[in-house]
Formats: sequence, structure tokens, C-alpha cells
Amino acid sequence: MYVYDEHDRQMAAERVAQFRDQTERALAGELAEDEFLPLRLQNGLYVQRLAPMLRICVPYGMMRSDQLRRLARITRDYDKGYAHFTTRQNVQLNWPALEDVPDILAELAEVEMHANQTSGNCIRNTTTDQFSGVQSDEIADPRPYCEIIRQWSTFHPEFAFLPRKFKVAVNASEQTDRVAIQVHDIGLQMVRNEAGDLGFRVHVGGGLGRTPMVGPVIRDFLPELDLLTYLEAVLRVYNRYGRRDNKFKARIKILVKALTPEGFAEKVEAEWQHIKESPTRLTPEAIQRIQAYFTEPDYAAIDNATDLLASQRFENRGFDQWLTHNVDTHKKAGYAIVSLTMKKTGTPPGDVSDKQLEQIADLADEFSFGEIRVTHQQNVVLADVRQDRLFELWQAITPMGFGTANLNTLTDVICCPGGDYCALANAKSIPVAEAIQRQFDDLDYLYDLGNIDLNISGCMNACGHHHVGNIGVLGVDKKGQEFYQISLGGSSHHDASIGKILGPSFARDEMPKVISKIIDVYVDKRTEEETFLDTYRRVGIDPFKERVYA
Amino acid sequence: MPNVISPDGSIRQDNWVVVPRPAEGESLDIPADQPALIPADLWLAGYEHFTGRQEIGVWFDSHDEPEILDGRVNELPVIAVNFPKFSDGRGYSIGRLLRERFGYKNELRAIGDVLLDQLQFMKRCGFDAYVLRADKDINKAARCLNFFSQGYQAATDTEIPLFRRRAS
Ligand code: HEM
Ligand code: SF4
Repeated sequence: MYVYDEHDRQMAAERVAQFRDQTERALAGELAEDEFLPLRLQNGLYVQRLAPMLRICVPYGMMRSDQLRRLARITRDYDKGYAHFTTRQNVQLNWPALEDVPDILAELAEVEMHANQTSGNCIRNTTTDQFSGVQSDEIADPRPYCEIIRQWSTFHPEFAFLPRKFKVAVNASEQTDRVAIQVHDIGLQMVRNEAGDLGFRVHVGGGLGRTPMVGPVIRDFLPELDLLTYLEAVLRVYNRYGRRDNKFKARIKILVKALTPEGFAEKVEAEWQHIKESPTRLTPEAIQRIQAYFTEPDYAAIDNATDLLASQRFENRGFDQWLTHNVDTHKKAGYAIVSLTMKKTGTPPGDVSDKQLEQIADLADEFSFGEIRVTHQQNVVLADVRQDRLFELWQAITPMGFGTANLNTLTDVICCPGGDYCALANAKSIPVAEAIQRQFDDLDYLYDLGNIDLNISGCMNACGHHHVGNIGVLGVDKKGQEFYQISLGGSSHHDASIGKILGPSFARDEMPKVISKIIDVYVDKRTEEETFLDTYRRVGIDPFKERVYA
Repeated sequence: MPNVISPDGSIRQDNWVVVPRPAEGESLDIPADQPALIPADLWLAGYEHFTGRQEIGVWFDSHDEPEILDGRVNELPVIAVNFPKFSDGRGYSIGRLLRERFGYKNELRAIGDVLLDQLQFMKRCGFDAYVLRADKDINKAARCLNFFSQGYQAATDTEIPLFRRRAS
């Protein structure tokens, strides 16, 4: 994992001092509310329905156990003792006091953390696959490139006041996409060209919100050394030509659409020609230097524990289910990737208490070289667990509530905070997630249904990514009443697509029944091999409509 | 007379005036006894008349294209860029283009909604003169310009990004 050197430490400390000064000027009335707004947003502070909310950056989702313990302490000392994992691999606190924020940031800086650029119209945290570096099918480890992007984008003087927020995600596997790169402002897919050189396929202009769009490809192959100069060209074109007259049309997706992807690509190429050979061009040494931080941990030379696991599975059905669903194959013999699910029914998806943060830290130290990864699906990954200790781990996490064996199933819901916390909400989202989880409490039935992405947002801002859920739920306001609109057929993976609206919306208490009917149609129509999405794509929306509105 | 801040935070005064874009059919109202900044496209339109005059500079608005002055920038003693609202970041790109692409060497001045917390970005993007909005405390400029001792990325003020400096 990346470790700060004296440069990073110095800038982190300078940033805290700067924000302390800005906060003092704001509290003294020297900064108007609208002048302070972007400054606090770029330090993670968003003012909410009930209190300010602080979004803490977890670069590409990686954290060490000491950082988790510090987060736990911060939630206890400055907040109500819990935190929330977000869909962009960050952590959110819901109740900090404005005047405490500089102290919180100082405490974070001590453990090499910060809240830089987690909100506001700037380049946000770069996200990537939580299985980076431990899965066998990746082109290369994407994390060094994420760190390179992090450094380039941090306090970038030209791009601190973009038309709108800007999100970059990097994916390295050709089979899977766990970070939804095609619905990011820039999505980078690592690829090798025919000569075997490493590079990126560049998608620009994806995004959700009011105008959901899948990002078109604007360059098929960008050599790795050209990464930063090309990003700089994209950002410069966006900074200069993105719309600033209307907040809802300010995302880069609107510009790409207006210019057409080809027209946009041409503008970027023209800009890029000027800066391509500038000192911002990466060097092999610079990449190797960062890669050296992401070397393999000290793995033991062991074999797969196939026989042991087989007998443990045989004796324990719960362990068997968990192993099948929440544990993934590791590139290293004898090791496994474990997802701790934060989706226990009755707990808001992604919520953790201070105690649980400490438990996760202990688990990381005990089982996974002291590191964890936060996932886009709001879960936590222990990436390097010895197979012969999986049973022990499973026994430890079950009472903690992290062992629900529902990863990627219908009840592994992505859900925004919604009306319980968010001032912008049309409707609550957490109780809908919970009601659906209660309806589908039979694990065997869930497994039979296979992988289904159910995503819930409390309003059009789409924090819960409802557009790209196989089943999407959106809170809407109907004459002051909370209603829910359903869309079907979305995907955030390599086959990305935006879901189609099913029809008129429903009251909250109808939702579990409606979801059941949708699932019934799938079960009736599917062929043996088909996932929910496959069936939907084959039969279309009509059979679902007929059943639900019958 | 505007107070003008330098990149080191020191303050001086000068008497450059910003001449607004005239309304349709009106002509430029250039003062007789003061140096003046006129809209860049109008300077170009009156090139024969204006070029080489040390008391005439130009200003760009944030949506203007600095490309129109390519090849001529160093004929100007001062170029100003207007930030109509502090949250409009287009001026930063204009600054970098003028300096890094068109090789502008003379004074680059930030005008308009110029606030304390934006000075650091202006400095990095090639601006070397800042006319702070009048209600802001000019004595805090030096502090706000100097919170950071360095930056990660290359910009006008640092040709070599940190990743290359680290390597050496
Ligand atoms: C409770 C406080 C929150 C507020 C007020 C809030 C507000 C917003 C707003 C206004 C947008 C729309 C931006 C746009 O139109 O471009 C947005 C987008 C987004 N939010 Fe939140 N949000 C909150 C919490 C969260 C949480 C907890 C998550 C993670 C679960 C999240 C994830 C996202 C994501 C991923 C997007 C981007 C969707 C896109 O690509 O357009 N937000 N949020
Ligand atoms: S989707 Fe809407 S309700 Fe949900 S967190 Fe985002 S802004 Fe709030």
C-alpha cells in the first residue's frame, strides 16, 4: 500500500493548516457562505439535513488497520459512534460539528488520511476494483495508476473549479468490472495492445444523476506513459467548454453528447498534441517507483487447502454457503479473498459502528496483513486470507454481523442514505432495502436466483446508482407522498446499460410484493443458465409489466 | 487606483483601468491620461492603432479564447483575465495557455471576483498580479498565497512535476 514520503506529509499538513485558517475566517464572518462552500466541500464537508456530513477519502478503497482504528476513534470523539461506507469507496460521518472539522482533519493527517476533494466541483477520489492485485485475470495491478492519478489531481491548480464534479475509475480485468467505469466521467480500462504494451481504453462522459449515460470510448489505446498528459487534455477541454450556465447540464457527459464523442475526442487530441511531450509525461521509473509500494505481502509458500475446506464445508452448511458466495479465488495458492458483507438485515447498507471498525481492524491484522479494501458495493474486503484459516475467520465474523452470505445476491443492496439523513431526498431508501431484505430472507431461494444487482436511491441524484441496477428503485415525490419508481435491466459492468422504467410508481408498503412479482417473472421465464439480466434482455420489459400491473 | 498584489504577497498600486466592452454601436471609452486594458478582440480589431503602445493592454473574459492572440502576446505590456465569479475556473486554463503555449512574458493580471483563497491557484497558473475584490482583507494575501510549499503537478510555476523531482 502507498506510504507517504516527506512531500506527501508536508502537503497534508499544509492543507490542514490552510483549512483551519479558512474555517476561522468563515466563523469570523470574513467569508460569505457561498465563498466558504467550495472550500469546505473540497475538504469533505457537506451540510446536511441534520448536521454537516464529512466524507473522508479512502484512496481507491485501501486502508490499513491503524487508519481504521483512527476512524473508529474519530467517530467516537466527534460523532455518534458510527460511519458509513459509500459507493465510491469512501467513508462518511453524519454528525460532525463544523468547528471540529479542522481537528478531525489533523487527526486524519496523522495516519496519512484526508478528506481532500471528496466533494465539490473538482477531481474526486479515483476508484478501482477491490480485488486489485490479488485476482489472476487482471491486465496489471491498477492501484499504482490510481495513486499516480491521485497525486496528479490533488490540489491541481487549473482544475479546482470545474463546471461540476469529476470522477475517475480504473478497471484492470477483462472479465469483470466491479467499479462501474462506464458510468464515470472518465473510465479507464487497462488493456494491452497487439505489441503487448500496457495502456488504457478511455471512456469519457458516463454518469448517472438526471441524465444517465454510459460513457462512450474516445480512445481505444492510450499508452501508459501518456496517462497524465491525456487526462490533463480531457480536463482542460472540459474546464474550458463544459457548461456553466446550468448545474444540471454541467457534467462532462453533456459536453460529450453536444460535441458527439468523435467531436469531443478530436478536441482532446488537438489539445493533447501540445502537451504530450511535456514533463507531465510519465516515465517508466516514476511508474516503477509507485509500483514498488504495491508489492506482494509476505505470502507463505503453501498449497491450496482443498481437502481441509472440503471437510469443513461438509460438516457446516453455513460455512459452505459463505465460502461459495463471499469468498473468491486468489491468485496465490493457499490464499483466498474474503468479502465482509455490511448488509445484515436491519442495518442500513454500508453502516458500521466504531466497535465494528475496530473489529475489522483486528481482523485485518489477524488474517490479512493489516489491510482492507472498501468496495463500490459498500462491503469490505480482506484480500489475503490463508485458506486454512477461513473457518476460523468465518466463526469470528458471524457474531459481528459481517458473515451474511449474500454477496452479489438480491439482498446485497446498494442503497443511498435517503430521507433518513439526506436533505435532498424525495423518499426514504433504507426502509425499502430493509423490507426487501426481510421478504427475501431464505438464502437458498436467493442463491437459486443468482446474482442480481438491486440499487436504491432516494432521489434523482442517483447516489445509490439505481439506473444501473438490474432492478433499480428511485424515490419520487407524489403530492407530498413518498413513492418508488422501478427500472429494470440496468448494468454497471462491462455490458453497462441504463435501466428502463417499468411504469407508474408504488407506495413503500407495496414494494416487497412488487419486487417478488418481478422475481417471479424471472423464475418463470428463465432458462437454466440465465441470470436475471440475461432473461430480461431476452424477453424485454413487457412480461414484467403485465405481471406487476395486472 | 487599484492595489495590486504580487506573487510574494507584497502590495503596490498602479493606475491601469479596465475598459468594459462597449454596448452595440458604441465605441471604446479609453481614458486619455491612464493606461487602459481593453477587450482583447477589440485590440486585435484595432491592431494598427494599438500595437506597440505601452499604455494599452487587454483583458479576456472567462469564455474568451486566448488563441486569438497567438503570436502577438508579447506585444502587450499587460494581459488581464476576468473571473466573473470566483467559482468560474476557466481563467486558470487561460492563464496557463497564455504562458505555457503562447509564451507570454509580461504581466498577467487576475481581475474580477478575485478572492483570497483562489490566489494560490492563480499563482500556479501563471498570474503574477492580482487585484483582490475590494471588500477582502489585502493584508491576508501573503498568507493565503503561501500555504503550500510545493505542488504535486507541473503548472506554470513548476515545470517539473513532483514525480520527476522525486526520481532525481
Ligand atoms: C447524505 C448525504 C448525501 C448527499 C446530500 C448527496 C448528494 C449528492 C448529489 C447532489 C449528487 C448529484 C451530483 C450530480 O448531479 O452530479 C450525488 C451524486 C452521487 N452520490 Fe451522493 N449524496 C449523499 C450521500 C451519498 C452516499 C452515502 C453515497 C454512497 C452510497 C453517495 C454516492 C453518490 C454517487 C456515487 C453519486 C454520483 C452519481 C453520478 O455518477 O452521477 N452519496 N450525491
Ligand atoms: S440519491 Fe438523493 S436522497 Fe439519496 S443520498 Fe443522494 S441526494 Fe440524498
